[in-house]
Amino acid sequence: MFRFSLGKHPKTSREPFSVETLAKSSRLRGANVTQGICPYCAVGCGQLIFSKGGELIDIEGDPDSPISTGHLCPKGANAYQLSVNSHRVLEVLYRAPYSDQWETKTMEWALEQIAQRVKATRDADFTTRDEQGRLLNSVRSIGSLGGATIDNEENYLIKKLLGGGLGVVSIENQARI
Amino acid sequence: MASREQELSALPQASDPPRGRLSVLLGRLIRPYLHDEPHGPLPELLGRLIYPFLHGEPPKPQQPTGFYTDTTVCIGCKACEVACKQWNQLPSDGFNWSGNSYDNTNELSATTWRHVKFIEQFSHESPSVPASPDTEESESLLNRWLMMSDNCKHCVAAPCHQACPTGAIIQNEFQNIYIQADICNGCSCCIAACPFGVITRSELGGHSHKCTLCYDRQRDGLEPACAKACPTQSIHFGPIDELREQARKRVEQLHERGVPQAYLYGDVPGETYSEMHSFYLLVDRPSVYGLPDAPFNPWLHMMGDYVRSVAGGLAAIAVLLVVVFLLKP
Amino acid sequence: MPGLGASFGRGAATNYQQDMANSDCILFMGSNMAEAQPVGFRWPMEAKLKGATLIHVDPRFTRMSAVCDLYVGIRSGSDIAFLGGLVNYVLTNDRWFHEYVLSYTNASTIIDEGFRDTEDLAGMFSGFDQQHESYDPKQGHWGFEKSGGGGAEQDGSKNTAQAESAKDEHNPQGHALDGSDDPHTSPSKSTTKPQRDPTLQHPRCVMQILRRHFARYTPEVVSQVCGCKPEEFMRVAELLCTNSGRERTTCIAYALGWTQHTTGVQIIRTAGILQLLLGNMGRPGGGIMALRGHSTIQGATDIATLYDSLPGYLPQPPARDPAHEGLSSYIESGGMPTGYWANFSKFIVSLLKAWYGEAARPDNDFGFSWVPRVDGDYSQLAYFDRMSKGGVKGYFLAGQNPGGGGPNAGLHRAGLRNLEWLVVLDWFETESATFWKNDRNGPLPSEIGTEVFFIPAAAAQEKEGSLTQTQRLIQWHKKAIDPSGDSRSDAWFIYNLGKHLKQLYAGSTDPRDQGLLNLTWDYDFDEQPRLPDGTLSRIEGEPDLEKVLMEINGHRLDEIDPRTGGPRLVSGYSELKDDGTTACGCWIYSGVFPEPGRNRADERKITDNPIQPEWGYAWPNNVRVLYNRASADPEGRPWSERKKLVWWDSEKRSWVGQDTPDFERNKPPDYQPPPGATGMAAIAGTNPFITKPDGLGWLYSPAIKDGPLPTHYEPVESPFGNLLYPKRNSNPTVRFFPGPLNPIAHMPTAEYPVVATTFRLTEHYLSGPMSRFNSWLNELQPEMFAELSYELAAERGIVHGGWMTIETPRGRIEARAMVTRRLRPFVVEGRMVHQIGLPFHWAFAGEVVGGNANDLTALVADPNVSMHESKAFTCQVQAGRLEGQALHPTVPTAHWPTLDPIPDTPASAQPEGRLGHGK
Repeated sequence: MFRFSLGKHPKTSREPFSVETLAKSSRLRGANVTQGICPYCAVGCGQLIFSKGGELIDIEGDPDSPISTGHLCPKGANAYQLSVNSHRVLEVLYRAPYSDQWETKTMEWALEQIAQRVKATRDADFTTRDEQGRLLNSVRSIGSLGGATIDNEENYLIKKLLGGGLGVVSIENQARI
Repeated sequence: MASREQELSALPQASDPPRGRLSVLLGRLIRPYLHDEPHGPLPELLGRLIYPFLHGEPPKPQQPTGFYTDTTVCIGCKACEVACKQWNQLPSDGFNWSGNSYDNTNELSATTWRHVKFIEQFSHESPSVPASPDTEESESLLNRWLMMSDNCKHCVAAPCHQACPTGAIIQNEFQNIYIQADICNGCSCCIAACPFGVITRSELGGHSHKCTLCYDRQRDGLEPACAKACPTQSIHFGPIDELREQARKRVEQLHERGVPQAYLYGDVPGETYSEMHSFYLLVDRPSVYGLPDAPFNPWLHMMGDYVRSVAGGLAAIAVLLVVVFLLKP
Repeated sequence: MPGLGASFGRGAATNYQQDMANSDCILFMGSNMAEAQPVGFRWPMEAKLKGATLIHVDPRFTRMSAVCDLYVGIRSGSDIAFLGGLVNYVLTNDRWFHEYVLSYTNASTIIDEGFRDTEDLAGMFSGFDQQHESYDPKQGHWGFEKSGGGGAEQDGSKNTAQAESAKDEHNPQGHALDGSDDPHTSPSKSTTKPQRDPTLQHPRCVMQILRRHFARYTPEVVSQVCGCKPEEFMRVAELLCTNSGRERTTCIAYALGWTQHTTGVQIIRTAGILQLLLGNMGRPGGGIMALRGHSTIQGATDIATLYDSLPGYLPQPPARDPAHEGLSSYIESGGMPTGYWANFSKFIVSLLKAWYGEAARPDNDFGFSWVPRVDGDYSQLAYFDRMSKGGVKGYFLAGQNPGGGGPNAGLHRAGLRNLEWLVVLDWFETESATFWKNDRNGPLPSEIGTEVFFIPAAAAQEKEGSLTQTQRLIQWHKKAIDPSGDSRSDAWFIYNLGKHLKQLYAGSTDPRDQGLLNLTWDYDFDEQPRLPDGTLSRIEGEPDLEKVLMEINGHRLDEIDPRTGGPRLVSGYSELKDDGTTACGCWIYSGVFPEPGRNRADERKITDNPIQPEWGYAWPNNVRVLYNRASADPEGRPWSERKKLVWWDSEKRSWVGQDTPDFERNKPPDYQPPPGATGMAAIAGTNPFITKPDGLGWLYSPAIKDGPLPTHYEPVESPFGNLLYPKRNSNPTVRFFPGPLNPIAHMPTAEYPVVATTFRLTEHYLSGPMSRFNSWLNELQPEMFAELSYELAAERGIVHGGWMTIETPRGRIEARAMVTRRLRPFVVEGRMVHQIGLPFHWAFAGEVVGGNANDLTALVADPNVSMHESKAFTCQVQAGRLEGQALHPTVPTAHWPTLDPIPDTPASAQPEGRLGHGK
């Protein structure tokens, strides 16, 4: 009937490749690469983190990882947008009591202020012994929460400083069972 | 042992490929335009006119590659969608809850080149109604949630490629269909031609876009982002012949394991459509997955259309002549 | 994870994820691994491709059910009934692995005469203290019976073994929650062995007690309680049995679907019993996989940011009377005479040396008094309860969002509003950072006095450090670029805060400040670190976390390493001492940094060994399959060729195999401990569970606060009474936090007839701080929805795609209705009950916002670990929206992609989708 055939493979040599197409390559050439671990769940997938000129340019699975063998889930594949994100807060914010807005502050200011708050609260509430005469050496009015999404060493430092140093008891994280 | 990804870090950026003499000459003419140097409106116009005609030595054909997507192991995680957006730096399509199972990106588009479909197939029996012994079998058959990661089919005889008037759409050295955004003028012929609704035009740049089969990654010996990310290896990437072989074995295995419905979609040419370089293992009719049961290449119609146009034209001329002669006193 | 610890000795997942590919059958229950851990799930899928059977038992038909071979729907909160039924099936049909059970479990151990089971006391164990609503295991005679003429009689206390067993596990609750002396602790320690009856006929032997205890969990009862069909249950049971034994192994995987219950620990215990009976522990393709949800939730537990635990599962010292407040009393009550915990004193002294350095001396108890004592429950739930009532002044949040994701999040936000000051370390303006301005249910900012400091945190790629994933594997991640803007790593913040505080307190002679002043706090880089591209980092004051990891690993303080000029690193915890010559920040991690320049967490070597022992470092001792001595028979031979892992090589006189033996390498299988042996010498060559004092897997475990055997209780909120024990509806030891912000619908409730359960979607993460500011994820799941059945929708006039409200006594939220056949009503006790599923990812801050499932959940706590119950509670649903203004995103949709070109990259290699490109 009146039909053309479906056609054969076009010949590559006759295809009109443009200048840009001809030069095409991945952006990974010449990038710096480091081995990372996915920051989301506890599977512990390996990630390769590519950067150029001090900027992240790509994050993908690490094929060498025996756990993930290069694969990532949607969240792991999203790790790039988690870091390179216009919603990220990149300066210290401060909200004064009863205020309805943030103020921008320097990190040094915040550290000093926080240290003073910690000291004032601790000095007021440090309990050496309870009413029954039991040794406590604790601060029960300061607490800390979080640890399962940061690094082991950071957990260790939190526990060491707040617990071993200041006597804070309520140091907790997402893990409860 | 460093992975291919890590080896790439050591490579310098690619340089421009060799070009023909005419191209070199023309290229010199529009040098500021080509290299994004400052230039006025006239060089801009010249550049736009001349650029599409700059051609170089086409690359040597490589082993044809493609995707084989085994929907029976898809867990609908959408890693392919995000990995694609990440690698290609595509924007989101907006936040619209569809209520269509877990599918909220709804379709392939200029900004969504992988799309996971969800089909809930569950019996309507309520457990409050005690199941009779004979309904149980059919009920268990009906309890399934199909998931399928869809993308451009990279048809061997691709209607979009056939329809493109500018040469923007090429079949590249891996026999994948690639839209050259630098050539595309946004005419949208390809959109109408594609029987799968894969291509749309981006409002951002005005060009048509779709899955490139990660052409840039393939050039550097990397597998496409979606196939690499896919946690359960539902998306396979590789030489197309090997994929077909692997897929046929998988179908056999599924038949042995009590899934007689399993079959491949697009691995071989049909009467009205060519084989595809992205084919799928499905367990229900194509239309269940939103795919045409029998895709049809519009090119097939074109012979008729041409004949009819020519015949119509001739007839019109004949009528005109007759009229002219008859009316002549 | 006391559920696992109480059964096997260590509270951690037993196998590694890749090992799931070796399973012949995997039972997923309380887990939705395909959705929550998709990449880990590739290994079960690989097992499936090889022919294994995957089973999913869950209230909802999920994306994982879709790829499992068998799905069985059960009502939320009925897990123990289902698992108890499996235990009963295995016992009554004689399907248990006789040789394994006889040699490796405490099936033959005889329990004290005074013990009374739930069968005798209508759903309660002996020893219940009505006043404190808790059990006293000593009063209840939960302990093991001692052989006559031993130490037991001499010290006049009959049940000392029970005392040891009760606290053996070193779970975070090693002491009583009210801070009193541990009721489990007996002053006497005995090495006397418990009595056994290898014939298993003694009516008080564990096997017989087990049989009686689980006898009422028949398939019919299971069906009645769970709402599944008896034949569905039988099919699961049969699959587990046929896929266990010498030649085959079955794995059980769970996650928060088990833990977030007031009976969570006991659910896990039931699985432990089942796996011991089937002989699947310590073997390839077997074990129990605890699938965790945060990148280092295991590490945070190990290290440990928990109020009741010091690093390495040493208990935080409880407040005790002055006579017992010293280090020796602590060691006495913490250590065990037999098994690995005999080394307790070495672990604590080394920790104190790591913290207080030179100032930790024998004459001051190594600074032990500077470690704060616990005098109550300071867990998150209890502390926020206190905060909401106004008892807390200052708070730090490091990457956690209780204002969005805490159970009864409204109460959590009320707590934050009561603080004087709050420090939030995070990436985005989360609910917990903006509760004072964005909480629609809260008061005006002008009424909230909390001072909030928001410290921008460095992204994961902007800092280095180690993470411990779900199977105890410690992996180091490197820093790729400097932190953006003013953001800094949490380590930078804590380190510099510590320096500021030390300065503020400098010169103080007050004894209370000496702990801080003596704290070793010197982690400066020796020279300014460089980035991967060779340039110097611009960040000043970043601590060198490898130094921290070395401190965690431990040092010999009396030996100088010529390579570094500093103290020599220890190669493992066996080197630790209790005389102050070693320092070690977390003994179980010891070995992770065995020599200078060798950070084993950073090792990335691929070998021929499929276990890949040189990729990262797993605690303990790089063992990948815990208790792997049990992969060989009592004589030390593999149970089968197909399932061999570690075995005894009689020529080499050593345990050999793919994995590091989780056993003393040269202890022969026929080793028998001499009478009176202590420590590891007391563990026989056939005892694989070396951190248990008897080296056995505990079918019966007195180490748990709500009973030595699991018992089905209904959730705190349930439309049903307890069919199995009608007189005892919910767990008698559950803790409540009464108050106007935390009302409970006490069961059986008619006012709130619908069962609700919360769940995780693949596309989002927790309460959303790491996903709801990300457009690539938000477009995939943009709105809060609730899954419900056609039947419930029809009953309430709810339309698919329309709106519905969900109400509990704690709050009301709105959600889009996802009416689906994946959820079905259950017929329970002859009555139809509806169930809805609520993803817990939305709240009021972010690029997408929506109803918060955790505004509905309650603050109730399991007695062992203070875990709440968000996997089963009751609610009321109706069609329509909430009155008042709808929520709006707190940030506009981010422009994406940025059209800035990738630096140092030609146009032809720019990303395709930077859609402005093209000539």
